[in-house]
Amino acid sequence: MATREQSASGAGASSGKAAAKTAKLTCSGVWKVFGQGAKEFLARHDTAPNAAELTGAGLIGAVRDAGLEVGEGEIFVIMGLSGSGKSTLVRCLSRLIEPTAGAIFFEDQDLLKTSEKEMIELRRHKMGMVFQHFALLPHLTVLGNVAFPLEVQGVDRETRKRRALEVIELVGLQGREAYYPRELSGGQQQRVGIARSLAVEPEIWFLDEPFSALDPLIRREMQDEFLRLQNVLRKTIVFITHDFDEAIRLADRIAIMQDGAIIQIGTPEALVLDPATDYVAEFTKEIPRAKVLSAQAVMSPLGDGEAPSGGVPWNTKVAELAERLVDSEEALAVLDAGGRPIGRLERRAVLDVLVGRTGGP
Amino acid sequence: MSVAGSTRILRDGVRLNPWLAAWLAALVATLLVYQLREAWPWAVKYPRAWNVPLSFWISGFMKWLINDFDLGLFTFKELTRSLSWLLDWPLAAAKGLLSSGFTFSSDPRAPIVVERVSWVALIGVVGVMGYSAGGLRLALLVGGCFAYLAVFGQWDSAMVTLSSIVIAVPLGVALGLFVGIAGFRWLRFEQAITPILDLMQTVPVFAYLVPILFLFGFGPVAAMIATIIYATPPMVRVTMLALRQVPDEVVEFGRMAGCTTRQLLWKVQIPSAQAGLMVGVNQVIMLSLNMVIIASMIGAGGLGFDVLSSLRRLSIGQGLEAGIAITLLAIALDRLSQAFANRPPPDHRRQELTWVARHPYLLTALGILVVTWIIGLVWPAVHIYPETLEITTGAFWEDLVEWINVNFFDELEAVKTWLLLHVLIPVKRFLLQLPWVAVIALLALAGLQLGGWRLALLVACLAGFIAVTGQWAKSMVTVYLCGLSVVFAALIGVPVGIWAARNERAHRVVQVIIDTLQTLPSFVYLIPVVMLFRVGDFSAMIAIVAYAVAPAVRYTDHGIRQVPPHLIEAARAMGCTRRQILWRVQIPLALPEIMLGINQTIMMALAMLVITALVGTRDLGQEVYIALTKADTGRGIVAGVSVAFIAIIADRLIAAWAMRRKQELGLA
Ligand SMILES: Nc1ncnc2c1ncn2[C@@H]1O[C@H](COP(=O)(O)OP(=O)(O)O)[C@@H](O)[C@H]1O
Ligand SMILES: [Mg+2]
Repeated sequence: MATREQSASGAGASSGKAAAKTAKLTCSGVWKVFGQGAKEFLARHDTAPNAAELTGAGLIGAVRDAGLEVGEGEIFVIMGLSGSGKSTLVRCLSRLIEPTAGAIFFEDQDLLKTSEKEMIELRRHKMGMVFQHFALLPHLTVLGNVAFPLEVQGVDRETRKRRALEVIELVGLQGREAYYPRELSGGQQQRVGIARSLAVEPEIWFLDEPFSALDPLIRREMQDEFLRLQNVLRKTIVFITHDFDEAIRLADRIAIMQDGAIIQIGTPEALVLDPATDYVAEFTKEIPRAKVLSAQAVMSPLGDGEAPSGGVPWNTKVAELAERLVDSEEALAVLDAGGRPIGRLERRAVLDVLVGRTGGP
Repeated sequence: MSVAGSTRILRDGVRLNPWLAAWLAALVATLLVYQLREAWPWAVKYPRAWNVPLSFWISGFMKWLINDFDLGLFTFKELTRSLSWLLDWPLAAAKGLLSSGFTFSSDPRAPIVVERVSWVALIGVVGVMGYSAGGLRLALLVGGCFAYLAVFGQWDSAMVTLSSIVIAVPLGVALGLFVGIAGFRWLRFEQAITPILDLMQTVPVFAYLVPILFLFGFGPVAAMIATIIYATPPMVRVTMLALRQVPDEVVEFGRMAGCTTRQLLWKVQIPSAQAGLMVGVNQVIMLSLNMVIIASMIGAGGLGFDVLSSLRRLSIGQGLEAGIAITLLAIALDRLSQAFANRPPPDHRRQELTWVARHPYLLTALGILVVTWIIGLVWPAVHIYPETLEITTGAFWEDLVEWINVNFFDELEAVKTWLLLHVLIPVKRFLLQLPWVAVIALLALAGLQLGGWRLALLVACLAGFIAVTGQWAKSMVTVYLCGLSVVFAALIGVPVGIWAARNERAHRVVQVIIDTLQTLPSFVYLIPVVMLFRVGDFSAMIAIVAYAVAPAVRYTDHGIRQVPPHLIEAARAMGCTRRQILWRVQIPLALPEIMLGINQTIMMALAMLVITALVGTRDLGQEVYIALTKADTGRGIVAGVSVAFIAIIADRLIAAWAMRRKQELGLA
């Protein structure tokens, strides 16, 4: 299955968000096949068996030929239904699970050639992970849980307490340091999980369905909190979810997984405008276009020498433009990252998107 | 198993299940062999000349091990000696603390004596422990149990017993934990120890008393080693299980935090598995207490010795008092350890307190020790419970037995004689006359039908071992006693279980009774039985039934409750009466579970059977017991392993049957 990869469709290469940044984490051709003799089976099939061949051999292809590239400071969301292989893939990326085949690079380091000892060092200082069911240690207090990764590293008591209190404050749990996990609500427990994963100031942050176990209202609140944190921290993030709304809200780019394979990678906008398969289209159907589409996607080309007054950045979402267009009679200019006008925005085009008349297939 | 369900049409048109045909053929063959017993005597009675002298070889090996085996730097004997020397230290310390006090005699004329913990202090301390773990009720229960020990003159013996328990339990827990961790880590290791654990839990304890006696001599240390060996296997299993049950995510978190394998184990997996591990600790405590009397056979002393010696003297009253003392000790320690295991974890408020405020119970306990010690200096009754205040009920029990025997002797005797003549003796005769070849063949056939050729092979080999080592006749006596006891236990236990499952009030009452029965050490059952029926097969059977009935009740109750409610509603909707629901729906669906209960009953019956050797049975148990008194290692081990093999045969066959039945019913 070919993976379709694109940044915002129609935009110049320079305006693509991820492409401009250096890649922090890359993987290609990653396979994880569960079952006896998986490795030999893959080798026999030239590392490309199809789904039927796998099931025929009694094997489970949890991840099949996955490739992706996560840029520095990017929120990269992996989206797929339950059982599509998201957790397995992210565990391969941190090598909690040994991939059956493929290559994984963290910056320039080949993770599959890294010794277990170096992996421990890497996880201690550069990686953090948040789990769906929080995975807190029941016998430790909030403070103890958050300080745990530092304790494992052998950081002295005072330093780790200071650092732990810092992150506890960051996630808004000050005053609850002495509580035990069972005394906290689900949302609070996940805040502990988040604080704990941030205590070591990781460079790459894995979150495996961190909000899926929470009530919808709390989930929303936690998503806002997460975006606020990311504004401050600017981590490189791999975020897993089975909820497309959540993916749209949080993602810079989304990878869609189905039955272990990545079927499309792109910005939310690109997925909505140009879904690679019916499967992807099915997800995007219900999404309000105005929240996804940017000025660039609905602008019309500039006439010769035309210079409309007042400009908006190319990536402003249509929903945010509505108010400005209500007030102004004239079309607005759309500016690229350098502030140069690249198109004009008609009121009618924006209105069409807002009332759902156009904008997407 | 392709033939299992299929039927085939015979020439005359009768549809016959091939298994039925096989069984009929086997039974006919058995009869034939029996009829030909004149011509082929070897097929009926295993010829003595064919015996493999395995027990002789084992004894020879043990002798060589002790006398000649040299490990290079030291001999094997030196190894066992130093091990017992090492274990003697903590044991002596505990004994000094609880039982004998310490005497430091730099100058023999003026020894410095540190007294043992006084009875008042210990009752106070266990009371405080009970209060901290389970509130006032538990405090009163535990304090009351210990008070019984003081008031009824059992204190000295009980403290000897307790001091070996407080050392054996932590050692057993630690050993079980480490072996369990190894099994959890390395699949190979687990595969290697699983059959050993199976064997250890089925071989009667007496059997390994013999080699321990041989290796470590007679005395408290040898007794403690036997206790640890007996009590550790469940801890191993529980440890492996509890570690496996730690959620994957928690382990993954530990690895993502950068834990090394060791950090992962001690900082993440073991603390997360704590609740499960505590179940194992409780098991070790209970089994150690169960071992108290048996361990006194190789020198443990204490309450066990009191029970044993009064049993031998048929001094019922004293035996019963000591037996009750063991039971109360078991109840107190059981409830206490369970309460500690289930204690709600601390909450955040605790963190904000000072050290003193965080440890009120510890400080109270220390306070009690100090204060009672000071008072004891001026008022000795606080220290040693005054003999004049001791109560004994020995005479009362003996009078009671006397009275029952005088007034009901004829009735009791009539029941006993009738059962002996019409049930026990005929069954025994029948089993002893069965040709051994046929029994092995029938067992193998059952194995084949229930679990395939591997099970058939296993069962045949185990039974073959018994024949080849010359244990056949004694095994048949074992099977007869055990089998009849199990039948009676099932006849009592299953209906009681059904009743408990269908009636809430009955359920609660039955539950309490069963819990108590299961806390009683096995020996205690012998005391009243011997009082009323004296020695012999019949007494043994009653004791076995009483000891082994609990699982039959428990599993039946549980199995019937487990039947999905929608099936019962459906049956009711179809107009079934309560009785029809029971017979048509509940019992058939609960049958696999009930059979597992019967399986447990068999295991417990076999364990008890060996102990009933003390009341004069003539089976494998007696064989082991004789080996123990003669310190004949080989004989004890061979007979003990034979008992274990009988248990394993029964267990595998029943488990295979229950498994198949559950699959057929879609319950597995
Ligand atoms: N240890 C394992 N052994 C066998 N199959 C597994 C294992 N872990 C996951 N799988 C299978 O791999 C597939 C993907 O699982 P997972 O990565 O957990 O999906 P997701 O996180 O997207 O819900 C599922 O079909 C699951 O059953
Ligand atoms: Mg998952």
